[in-house]
Amino acid sequence: MNALFYIASVVAIAATIMVITRLNSIHALLYLIVSLLSVAVIFFLLGAPFVAALEVIVYAGAIMVLFVFVVMMLNLGPQTVEQESRWFNPKIWIGPAALSAILIAEFIYVLISHGRQNLDTRMINPKQVGFSLFSTYLLGVELASMLLLAGIIGAYHLGRRKEAVFHRYFRRPDALYERLHPKEENKIDENGLKAGDKPLSKTNVSGMKQKKSERGEL
Amino acid sequence: MTSFSMEHGLILATIIFMLGLIGLLSRKNIVFILMSVEIMLNAAGLAFVVAGSRWSQPDGQVMFIFILAMAAAEVSIALALIILLHRKFKTLDADAAHNMRG
Repeated sequence: MNALFYIASVVAIAATIMVITRLNSIHALLYLIVSLLSVAVIFFLLGAPFVAALEVIVYAGAIMVLFVFVVMMLNLGPQTVEQESRWFNPKIWIGPAALSAILIAEFIYVLISHGRQNLDTRMINPKQVGFSLFSTYLLGVELASMLLLAGIIGAYHLGRRKEAVFHRYFRRPDALYERLHPKEENKIDENGLKAGDKPLSKTNVSGMKQKKSERGEL
Repeated sequence: MTSFSMEHGLILATIIFMLGLIGLLSRKNIVFILMSVEIMLNAAGLAFVVAGSRWSQPDGQVMFIFILAMAAAEVSIALALIILLHRKFKTLDADAAHNMRG
């Protein structure tokens, strides 16, 4: 069990390093899925099987599939990899990496110097989690539901293609332009119709008249 | 049962969080930035679950569920924004939207 924890940790760290260094975004996404699955293994070893299942189903299953869909939809060509290699050179990442390494070293030092606290890896079953979720943290569940509703509405609003809305005076999209810049062939006559519009509207009107006359005969 | 110490779990969470932070700071592609944010959220959830396991209480797992819901909402909005950015500027460079002229 101990060895399993360390193996899963090494896999998680290696996969995460691969995520942040890949140039192709699909490769990075697949490494991210590996990282999430190894974290799920760690959750299971920690005695949290419900959260391990959620990690696999929701994180690796739903969220990552959403990422893959979007990356496929963007339809990035092979030139993006070259662009990435231009953006991701050592001059850019060496600074953040050095500073973060200092912070990691400090954190590890602080944790180790405080001595060892053994974990109690008794399994906490989903029943306990659900009981706590819907009694102690009920308000949090309500807030999370509102957050998810806001997410749905926001994603719908952002993903929608904008429909051009015109005042009824400018019902045709190019009417305003024509009124401001009248050309000879586009001159609008006294009925508010262009020369090209006339036959269509005439047939429509005559068709309606015909129908009326038919109705009258009947 | 076995006993790996809480410190090792927290060190793992820190290392994964810092890797996500390095990715966030050094990447220019907005898809990679979003992936780094996901890594950091996942590391925070790991720290919560480790701490909950230390006291053998379900609270850490409840917090992880909240983080999961938050990550799902955030990802849906952020991916819609990425699609909008790509539609408008034809690039995934996060610097393309630096002067918000609407």
